[in-house]
Amino acid sequence: MQDNKKVMVIGSGPIVIGQAAEFDYSGTQACQTLREAGCEVMLMNSNPATIMTDPSTADHIYIEAMTLEKATAIIKRERPTHLLATVGGQTALNLALSLEEAGVLDQYKVKLLGTSLETIRDGEDRERFKQRMLELGQPLPISQTIETLAELEGFMETSGVPLVIRPAFTLGGTGGGIAETKAEARALAANGLQASPISQCLVEASIAGYKEVEYEVMRDAFDTTIIVCNMENIDPVGVHTGDSVVFAPIQSISDQMNQLLRTAAREIVSALGVVGGCNIQFAIHPTEQKYYVIEVNPRVSRSSALASKATGYPIAKLATRLALGERLDDCINPVTKETMASFEPTMDYITAKVPCFPFDLFPESDRALGTQMKATGESMAMGKTLEEALQKAWRGAGIEQAPLYPHWMKQADTTELWNEVKQITDRRLLAITALLDRKETTLEQVVELTQIQPLFITVLETLLSIQETLDLTSEDSLLKAKRHGFTDQQIADVLEVPVDSVQQKRQEFGIQPAFQMIDTCAAEFSSPTPYFYGSWSGQTEVTPSTQKKVTVLGAGPIRIGQGIEFDYCSVHAVRALQKSGYETIMINNNPETVSTDFEVADRLYVEPLTLEDVVHVLEAEDCQEVLVQFGGQTAIALAAELERRGYHLLGTTADTIDEMENRDRFYQFLDRLDIAHIPGQEVSSHAELATVVTQLGYPLMIRPSYVIGGKGMHRLKTAADLEALLPALSFPVLVDAYIEGKEFEVDCISDGITTYVPIIMEQIEAAGVHSGDSTMILPPVSAALTLQDEIEEIAKSIGQHLAYKGAFNIQFVVKEKNIYVLEINPRASRTLPIVAKVTGQPLLEWAVQAASGQHVRALPGQRMSLPFHAVKSPIFSTLKLRHVDPMTGPVMRSTGETLQWTSTGLAKERFTHDETTKTMMLNRTLRIAGKGTEGWADAVPLDNEIDFDRCQVFFSISEEEQAQRALALTKGVLVITEQHLAQYFESIQKIDMLPVKPLAEWMTRKEQIK
Amino acid sequence: MKTVGTLQLADGQAYPGELVGSSSVQGEVVFFTGMTGYQEVLTDPSYRGQIIVFTYPLIGQYGISAMDSESQQIQVAGVVVQTLANNGTRSDLADWLAASGIPVLGQVDTRALVHHLRTHGDQVGLIEMNEQPSPQPSDLIAAVSTRTLQVYDVDQADGHVVCIDYGVKKSMIAALNARQMKVTVVPFDTPKSVIDELKPDGLLFSNGPGDPVQLDHLTADIKQLAVAYPTLGICMGHQIIAKAFGCQIEKQHHGHRGANHPVRELTTGRVFMTSQNHGYVVQATSVEASELVPAYRHINDGSIEGLVHPAYPILTVQFHPEAHPGPVEAMVIFDQFVASILKQEVEYAG
Repeated sequence: MQDNKKVMVIGSGPIVIGQAAEFDYSGTQACQTLREAGCEVMLMNSNPATIMTDPSTADHIYIEAMTLEKATAIIKRERPTHLLATVGGQTALNLALSLEEAGVLDQYKVKLLGTSLETIRDGEDRERFKQRMLELGQPLPISQTIETLAELEGFMETSGVPLVIRPAFTLGGTGGGIAETKAEARALAANGLQASPISQCLVEASIAGYKEVEYEVMRDAFDTTIIVCNMENIDPVGVHTGDSVVFAPIQSISDQMNQLLRTAAREIVSALGVVGGCNIQFAIHPTEQKYYVIEVNPRVSRSSALASKATGYPIAKLATRLALGERLDDCINPVTKETMASFEPTMDYITAKVPCFPFDLFPESDRALGTQMKATGESMAMGKTLEEALQKAWRGAGIEQAPLYPHWMKQADTTELWNEVKQITDRRLLAITALLDRKETTLEQVVELTQIQPLFITVLETLLSIQETLDLTSEDSLLKAKRHGFTDQQIADVLEVPVDSVQQKRQEFGIQPAFQMIDTCAAEFSSPTPYFYGSWSGQTEVTPSTQKKVTVLGAGPIRIGQGIEFDYCSVHAVRALQKSGYETIMINNNPETVSTDFEVADRLYVEPLTLEDVVHVLEAEDCQEVLVQFGGQTAIALAAELERRGYHLLGTTADTIDEMENRDRFYQFLDRLDIAHIPGQEVSSHAELATVVTQLGYPLMIRPSYVIGGKGMHRLKTAADLEALLPALSFPVLVDAYIEGKEFEVDCISDGITTYVPIIMEQIEAAGVHSGDSTMILPPVSAALTLQDEIEEIAKSIGQHLAYKGAFNIQFVVKEKNIYVLEINPRASRTLPIVAKVTGQPLLEWAVQAASGQHVRALPGQRMSLPFHAVKSPIFSTLKLRHVDPMTGPVMRSTGETLQWTSTGLAKERFTHDETTKTMMLNRTLRIAGKGTEGWADAVPLDNEIDFDRCQVFFSISEEEQAQRALALTKGVLVITEQHLAQYFESIQKIDMLPVKPLAEWMTRKEQIK
Repeated sequence: MKTVGTLQLADGQAYPGELVGSSSVQGEVVFFTGMTGYQEVLTDPSYRGQIIVFTYPLIGQYGISAMDSESQQIQVAGVVVQTLANNGTRSDLADWLAASGIPVLGQVDTRALVHHLRTHGDQVGLIEMNEQPSPQPSDLIAAVSTRTLQVYDVDQADGHVVCIDYGVKKSMIAALNARQMKVTVVPFDTPKSVIDELKPDGLLFSNGPGDPVQLDHLTADIKQLAVAYPTLGICMGHQIIAKAFGCQIEKQHHGHRGANHPVRELTTGRVFMTSQNHGYVVQATSVEASELVPAYRHINDGSIEGLVHPAYPILTVQFHPEAHPGPVEAMVIFDQFVASILKQEVEYAG
């Protein structure tokens, strides 16, 4: 029926804060659904580490910068009949709007599938939105556009304070904020008017303190509408929903109010003409039956991914079918396979979402939460009580949880704790718990101060009271603790007993976890879909199979340094294992991902990736085999304890992991192989540190072991740097000489017989810039083939001698033809998906075959020769994190990456700000050089008169220019902080952008080096 | 008082829990799948005498409110939940249940119970006592119906609806009042002659608890009334009108109780999300042999959700257009009913 449709799907581009893996999930579902319906699918996405850009997802894949020019070129070449723009986040919406405004859609007769652009504009354009809501009689917070301070006075006279000021057209809402007093408002508005390029601000009566709820709505073209899920934020209005702890369904809201909002949601989507998914955010008055519409997003979103995973209802899949013109009441619910898709999901459990912040990497950043999202990822958990769901999500987010709030908080003084509460930081709930525990405050006081619903504060009180009355000899006490989400470890910590004795007691009492299905219908119908969560109430619904099976550990929430790449790896691991005849069991707690789509693995568990939770699943499934090497550091961290409990790790052992991570053992290993390494060692005291520093001399690198994203890593140039660092240092640390050379990186596959090194990656920036933040060229452009041969040989030698099967990663630094090994990561790395995409080889499949003990005959003996050079570029979200310097260094800061294809290694797109990181620099030419970079290109030197509004690029390497760099970022300026990258910028000026070309075409001329 | 208690089902299955409240009760055990609306459910006379099982694991979490009751008192016989929550403020559901003498069995594996009822069918059960439950009483409607005539007037009423009360919810009366209808609620067994004297412009046959068999002796009057006035039947009202026109009523294997039931309007194809609460259903094949015509069907199981008469302005619905709890989009049923009273052009589904 759909066979004549050629549909172009736009993805969301690189991961940035506010736009993460959820769009790989929705995009992949959309592409699959379109193909099932017989459509030919062409896909545009610049993010290579996505399942959606795999050849198996779409017919024609364009990994191209997300710009109007590129999108136009793809349309010109492929002539799609339709465009689907509602599954790729804000990026796809913006691109679709640009395509229409430029007349491209008209010119090539491309029709939009699903929700129309008019509807999208109604949601996006603040004035139009206001108008439409007014017509519908839906209440909005009072607001006014002002261009002068006099207008502000007028607004304040009628509406008073507090109020919110949002400057027009500034990046990330810079210059705006909430004003509590008239004086604050005047100051903010003055700032905002100056910050806005059109001297315009929106002034809005503040509704901070209102309850914030979201409704996920589906509507078909025949006006059938359902609410898939509603959600309630713990944090009242004022904290971005992406940064708030969220419960699904709503908790503190009566049916009367629920139905009022449900009706409003239906009326809004119906009047706007949404076809597909839509997210609506409401604010509810804390005590009165009064609400406001905050926002309408007529597309699938982060919240819709959460709603899909929380209920089991696959929103993106159904939204795509509705966009193709199908009716909700004709579609079968894919979970129950019995009810129809128009049956509203209902839950018999509670889902909690806890955000993950990058503040551990950036101690200098401002932890205060507000209207600008700062979380990089999220952890989801289900339970039968609010306490259980919350505690599970908490520990799944990697927040220290022993026993209830982390150690630092136990030591923190009361003033510090109050500051966390008053400033509204990410640690507010933990601080409230600590204050309640210390009897420094009461429920009433907290409620009054924070406007958090009393229900949620009772949750914290319940946890404290359970903790206080814990009694290991009482079955009731233990069962109660387990039903409220306490781990055995937590109980052991509180009672100061070994964890084994808690486990033993639990066994004695017969207290066991129960795994139940997420079935969309509260068990009213039977469901054949093996999608499970664990709790401590009721009967388990899992029957382990007798097939040979493997459990794959996912990577959990997205963090800087551990991003979507590991979800890509996890999904491929599952597929490869299935191909090899294994039943697969997936454990992951990141609701955004493809791996937590119940259609990926044979059985899916949404559980925290902690030892206890994982072991419970392994026991329930009677599974002995665990694959840890595709789940990043999160999965690797569990390896040793899993092995100790008798589980078999595929392709690796805890000892191998330790040999690579323990510096002394690692250097011994390299010495045995006669491979050079950087001089350095692990030290465990100040005295030892002093000796080693004297031996090595400056510059130095200093860091803890087992790190993600270079956390806690420092480059020391002088003794003064060390002096400054000393107070914060906790031993043991690794101290290495810093060699300023060129970095290379390889991802290898070894099956124990052959080690395959598919390609070598060259880093443009000097060593010392975290490889995750670097620009990489594959294969290298500046390294002689003999050097590449040497690197390949060293990698093979390592592969031969490492007791390891599967994928691993090696980083090298080369100085004056000397090749040093920096580190070996005995796991799939961040770059493996990119290498797989660039080489077009089934590297992950080979790696999984190798890990599962197979001899992989397909492994080539030599690396590949490619007739092109792919360029991987980092994408930063630093603008969203105040006080974080965009200066690249040993600590990773980027959140995402893009890939460009070139013939020479020179990619103009490296510096193209695509839709995801939209800026206003397009037609600027001014270049500014900071201190120490004078004379670069045609740049003018930095001085006080500099107008960043006209600036295209700012080259800055001086420590003293941090404030200027931050300012430049807010003005949409490209900030370059590294010499080699600055040179690269110069060299791409003369070249033209390449025409678009589908992935399949790039793949036609590759070959193995003979 | 908190003690160990049991929910004992007629087929022998037992579910342990923590019992709050001293009295033991029995009733038909039914489950409700909505995630909000516990107060409306507990006070809905249709649940009279039943033991209600909430599938959502947390009940009481948003407190109670004077505005949200569907009748003067709690109607259910007993409550089975996983957790009865304290919402941190004073309006507390647990206190209200205790003060009303309604036993609550908490910490029950409600999911396993729903599994069992889904497989073995709705049945009577007993909270606490160690004996087999006996069949449920047959006079539930008499217990909840008004004993006297009650008038709910509005300023400048456009019409007068007599509501035959089998256990009417407050929201039905409110929905009619909101449409400028004066409502007179009469006892369920009021003779036709008395109703005629009230000079109604339309009749509402309300919802009510239990098996419609308890109204069998009244069907002749019911049929005469329905053809004499514009008529709306809801839930029990729908079933008893169908019965009066010769349709068969059968017990469902397990009832529809929740706020997420999609229903299709057969003439337009329009889909409503509806609130439902019934354990009996009009048998589809028996409708074919009757004068009535199906107007609404359930999307999941295709069961009869509404009927119309081709000649008389009679509309009956199995679902609850008055909501409370649940979605309000089927409120248009009241608009249609009022339009038929005002003799406006009205096209029924059918």
